[in-house]
Amino acid sequence: MDKKAVLDPMAGLSCPIPITEYKKVLLAHGGGGRLTQQMIRKMFLPSFRNEYLEPLHDGAVVPFPGARMAFTTDSYVVNPIFFPGGDIGALAVNGTVNDLAMCGARPLYLSAAFIIEEGFPMEDLWRIVLSMETASRKAGVLMVTGDTKVVDRGKGDKIFVNTSGVGAIDPGIDIHPKRVKIGDRIILSGPIAQHGIAIMSVREGLEFETRIESDTAALHDLVMTMLDASQEIHGLRDPTRGGLASALNEIAEAARIGISISEDRILIGEEVKGACEILGLDPLYVANEGKLVAFVDPDAADRVLAAMRRHPLGKAAAVIGEVVADHTGTVVMKTRIGSRRVVDMLSGEQLPRIC
Amino acid sequence: MCLAIPGKVLEIEDEVRPKMGRVRFGGIQKRVCLEWIPEVKIGDYVIVHVGFAISKMDEEEALKTLELFREVDGALEELKIPEPEDHRGFPRPTEGGTDALR
Amino acid sequence: MRFVDEYREEAPARKYSEHLHAITTRPWTIMEICGGQTHTIVKYGIESLLPEKITLVHGPGCPVCVTPLEMIDKAIAIASRPDVVFTSFGDMLRVPGSSRDLLTVKAEGGDVRMIYSPLDALKIAKQNPDREVVFFAVGFETTAPANAMAVWQAKRLGLKNFSILCSHVRVPPAMEAILSSENRRVQGFLAAGHVCTVMGYEEYIPIAERYRVPIVVTGFEPVDILQGIAMTVQQLEAGRAEVQNQYARSVRREGNVLAQHVLTEVFEPTDRKWRGIGEIPMSGFRLNRAYSEYDAEARFNLTEVQVQESSVCIAGLVLQGLKKPQDCPAFGAACTPEFPLGAPMVSSEGACAAYYHFGRVDLKTQRGA
Repeated sequence: MDKKAVLDPMAGLSCPIPITEYKKVLLAHGGGGRLTQQMIRKMFLPSFRNEYLEPLHDGAVVPFPGARMAFTTDSYVVNPIFFPGGDIGALAVNGTVNDLAMCGARPLYLSAAFIIEEGFPMEDLWRIVLSMETASRKAGVLMVTGDTKVVDRGKGDKIFVNTSGVGAIDPGIDIHPKRVKIGDRIILSGPIAQHGIAIMSVREGLEFETRIESDTAALHDLVMTMLDASQEIHGLRDPTRGGLASALNEIAEAARIGISISEDRILIGEEVKGACEILGLDPLYVANEGKLVAFVDPDAADRVLAAMRRHPLGKAAAVIGEVVADHTGTVVMKTRIGSRRVVDMLSGEQLPRIC
Repeated sequence: MCLAIPGKVLEIEDEVRPKMGRVRFGGIQKRVCLEWIPEVKIGDYVIVHVGFAISKMDEEEALKTLELFREVDGALEELKIPEPEDHRGFPRPTEGGTDALR
Repeated sequence: MRFVDEYREEAPARKYSEHLHAITTRPWTIMEICGGQTHTIVKYGIESLLPEKITLVHGPGCPVCVTPLEMIDKAIAIASRPDVVFTSFGDMLRVPGSSRDLLTVKAEGGDVRMIYSPLDALKIAKQNPDREVVFFAVGFETTAPANAMAVWQAKRLGLKNFSILCSHVRVPPAMEAILSSENRRVQGFLAAGHVCTVMGYEEYIPIAERYRVPIVVTGFEPVDILQGIAMTVQQLEAGRAEVQNQYARSVRREGNVLAQHVLTEVFEPTDRKWRGIGEIPMSGFRLNRAYSEYDAEARFNLTEVQVQESSVCIAGLVLQGLKKPQDCPAFGAACTPEFPLGAPMVSSEGACAAYYHFGRVDLKTQRGA
């Protein structure tokens, strides 16, 4: 990935809406009139150019393969909108692509809706759009339809983005909590808590000098690689808000099984660990944006793990636990010191401890 | 209010009052007040609470405690310690490959 | 991380566990008064490694939990003022007052900011000369010197827009209150390692003698706690009642004298009310006369408020170690971290929240890995 292009939108591509014309987004940009058209034609269309977007209809009509479709939507309200390793645009594309990938689908088409606060700098909007273009190109998805609204100053926090997406599920693939069964191995694709700490470090102005970057990434290629190795993947989840702990609890609830994991198998980067120690945060509850946890049939786990480790996004994949018959609906962890404790759902928002 | 963690002193700003310094925790660096550790040197470990160093880690004592953990003598009686049993179903933390699984 | 990871290893933990099983011949009740130690004990399932005969109880070691309701209401009153920037450590933000908490005030438009160091509050005051900046100074003796430093700096810099809402508490008087109670069951204490890092452990020697209890100054990592418990039990089994220092890598007998100087320069002992327990004489700190202009209670002319505690909440009994959270009829039902009735359920170190998150499933009766 040409990181520079994401971080420096001025590298070879200048903002198409000249600063002399509109430095800031105006209410009129969301009004549906000339300025809206200008914004669509000059900014969105050239960035996401494809034959399904060109007609600029109310909706996009697209060819669709296969018998089953995955459909998802997500809204992104992250603050700050630019952070180490990414921005709200990259999140919006990768996050929705990942939701489709967790269904076992090949992501195909996305929509993007922007709700922008009056006065938002046009340059920032351009950076976000470029970032979304890069992310969707990397993910091999097309942005085929969208919408823009502008709200009064003070009525929206800079910018909110919603993306919806559809994908196609090949025959034979059935990923659903009801398929998770006793004995399934639980595989985590890499180190946790990077995204949440990257955000915290900026938002709280903590002045950490650190290289912690968000791990935002599109995971569908990794998932396809895993499914090529074996279709006995019963469950997939990307542990975003609420962290790994919440994702595992959700599956334990939905599948009515118990989950047993081992603390010493869960990878956490040194800097992330240090940040969590200082802040008094439990990394199990900190958000991730480029990780997945898979529930795999024990006979297939070897193959799937090997395939993951050959993929750039799964190099550090490891088995962290298994599905058990005991303590239904509850996640229990063997701690580093050999004792066991419950890993509960997150309550409220994790506030850093000082004690 | 007890959360305080040990970090390594990288830099000391002698010329400011109160005395400040840069301390590393794992991979993070933070600016910390060193006013209460007058003898502090670069490379020392200090215990930091809400931005203030409250003590200098006594490395000798730390090693003594760790030795106690390992050898179980001194404060405790000699014991015959059986080998920790292998954990059912769980691979020992090892590097790579399919032997990471059972 | 160095000097952290080594105290979280399985082999030494196992050894201490086995040693404790070997030497414990009678039931013993041991209390810790430190939120950080409560957190470690519950998070690492320390109790599951101990013999049945040892009972661990959690004392009033969470300063968030013992901050009186009136003080929370005062904080909310100050924070609601448009001219005020209210700064606080994170764990105070969700403690419910009589009708709301500080996070609600923030949602309603109040300028409430979470900070990590009292020096941050000072910085905000310097950067916002036209606003009144108030810092919620809560904590034990570990935090008091840092807060004192902020006030001392404010005076040195001549800052007129900085003040603290002070609710500091001291451990030794609380320990004595528990030990002199009629219902006392506690036979040994783990003393808070970071409180003692600042204050030393001289104050505990007369307490150990007067009440015939072993007191072991203990650290915070799981193996520290296990070693501290082992040292306590050894004393109990031998009929000894002394002060020992498990956390020698950080704690010296005299503590940190410079930190103590700042503390006594700015603060003086005072009577203080502990939520759920009542007033304990000389158990808190307040600003002394030289620094009284930095007292937010005086600056904002707050009247005394009448407060109403939940009649169902048994926080006081839990904080004194007389009841366990599970003994409370509201535990996990009417009272949860989402809808707490009392402070021990709000702070992640409060005994009730800790048991809710980590202890609801009885792991001893479960099979599994």
